[in-house]
Amino acid sequence: MAQRVEQLTHPAAAAPRADKFSALRRAIRMARRKPLGAFGGLIILLMLIMAIFAESIAPFHYNKTHVRDRLKPPSATYILGTDNLGRDIFSRIVYGARISMIVSLSSVIIGIVLATVVGTTSGYFGGAFDILVQRVVDAWQAFPGLIVLLSIMAVVGSGIVNLTIALGVLVAAGTSRVIRSATLSVKEHTYIEAARAVGASHWHILLRYVLPNVMAPIIIAATVTLGFVILAEASLSFLGFGVPPPYPSWGLMLNGSGRVFMLRAPWMALWPGIAVSLAVFGFNMLGDALRDVLDPRLRGT
Amino acid sequence: MRQYVIKRLLLVLPTLLIITLIVFALTRLIPGDVVELMFQEQGYAKDVAAMRAMLGLDRPLHLQYLSWLGEVLRGDFGTSLWTKNPVLEEILYRLPVTLELGIVAMVFAVSMAIPIGVLAAIRQDTLQDYAARSFAIGGLSIPNFWLATIAIVLPAYYFGWTPPIQFIKFADNPWGHLGQFLLPAFILGLSSGASVMRLTRAMMLEVLRQDYVRTAWSKGLQERVVVLKHALRNAIIPVITILGIQLAQVAGGTVIMESIFGLPGMGKFLFDALLQRDYPVVQGVNLLLASIIVMMNLVTDLTYAVIDPRIRYR
Repeated sequence: MAQRVEQLTHPAAAAPRADKFSALRRAIRMARRKPLGAFGGLIILLMLIMAIFAESIAPFHYNKTHVRDRLKPPSATYILGTDNLGRDIFSRIVYGARISMIVSLSSVIIGIVLATVVGTTSGYFGGAFDILVQRVVDAWQAFPGLIVLLSIMAVVGSGIVNLTIALGVLVAAGTSRVIRSATLSVKEHTYIEAARAVGASHWHILLRYVLPNVMAPIIIAATVTLGFVILAEASLSFLGFGVPPPYPSWGLMLNGSGRVFMLRAPWMALWPGIAVSLAVFGFNMLGDALRDVLDPRLRGT
Repeated sequence: MRQYVIKRLLLVLPTLLIITLIVFALTRLIPGDVVELMFQEQGYAKDVAAMRAMLGLDRPLHLQYLSWLGEVLRGDFGTSLWTKNPVLEEILYRLPVTLELGIVAMVFAVSMAIPIGVLAAIRQDTLQDYAARSFAIGGLSIPNFWLATIAIVLPAYYFGWTPPIQFIKFADNPWGHLGQFLLPAFILGLSSGASVMRLTRAMMLEVLRQDYVRTAWSKGLQERVVVLKHALRNAIIPVITILGIQLAQVAGGTVIMESIFGLPGMGKFLFDALLQRDYPVVQGVNLLLASIIVMMNLVTDLTYAVIDPRIRYR
């Protein structure tokens, strides 16, 4: 009886619990239906755990050198071997996950926010504003990604903050196109017309009606973009224009010393490459599964 | 049709103008201390003021832009700080190597991706489909610079064989010249091939469900005819669009491949220019590539209008 009273007086209190429960059930159901997507999600989860708890997982600090143990093959002490300075490769891979995740997550957040603002307003308002904005997007997309990134980094100087902003701005263009076309189709619905009829302002409509309805493509784009950004960061760091040393970026570990000592110590080049591939693979698989589930038009393809 | 062509042509002009603005803005991001560094490290000029004058940084912004734009329109891309030669001349001299690499890479990508994509679609959810999809995701996930490094190291480790670092000219040894492009082009083509394959598969699956394909089947046509003539022709249009985007990606990848395999193309030139802070070259390469890609996209769009009448009347 008491329970029923509580439910009657606080109907809202019960709702989130039921919602959370069904969300969990939905996640399990999705994992069963999309095993590859779940596998991708699991890889990402492991990467995130490595990134957050790097201090507890890595046996050594990423820059701790063991002068006597240079270029050692994998062993019980150094699970993945050591590099030319005697640094434990496993520890550097674990800390590398932190760099990779920080750079990719923050640049994708920058990119997605920018893309959402540009995409929704451009699609919603249309007209001359849309034509002008789309020409800027056209121009920005015409630059080969890696080349313009390298050029920006060479001009402004390498560094994690510069890299994150440059990556964010780069991915915004393509993503804004996707969000714009989603906005164009949402705009035609009668509920938008109804909102206009009751006198809702443009900004109110954009925030309350358009944004929630273009959320699915935004989430899909963000996941797939994360994979791309990890790859781009690794490529730039490999070429020496991304994350500066001594930070243990996976791309940087493959650069210079990794190539010079590769004949004597192939493990130096092997593990960072596997780490990058796994992270990108994880985000791609997860993105594919999300697309199937969230975007009914593409379901099954 | 004519109206569509005119509209499409008019849209290119503002895009090209914005591209010049972006390229111009790029070198105006140079922090002040870097200008100082350029004159100290590289010795491009005798003092900071001369260095700033050399980069054109000593005048008001709009005047800088206008005079630069005027020069570019006359085909003058400035002078390389490092080689002291005209930028455009240096780029055009190296362009054939990059084009060769890029074209061979695209040929690899398309000739692998489209047949595999079609096969994966008509055998959906079989072992072949899974194999093709795993291969594609591998191609998307594995960094090409890593594959390239491994491709150089593993044969060296096991067989003591390394790819020639010296560039072979076509005139000296035609087969050797072509051969040195195969490995970098294959690696470069993998990730583009993966995207093309996935899109081909997705589009084929969608088209194969259409009524006209069912009609073709029920007329008793051979599988080959239904798949290639009725389905693939309709599925291929979006695939052609993505080729334009892939072209930009391949262009970016040439920087890495040319640097690793020692091919003296535009990508390697750009990379060296970046290391030398040779900004006129950086500007020139960006401007040229972006303009080429805009023009390629224009050609693709116009080709579509010819292939697909629905686009013309939209």
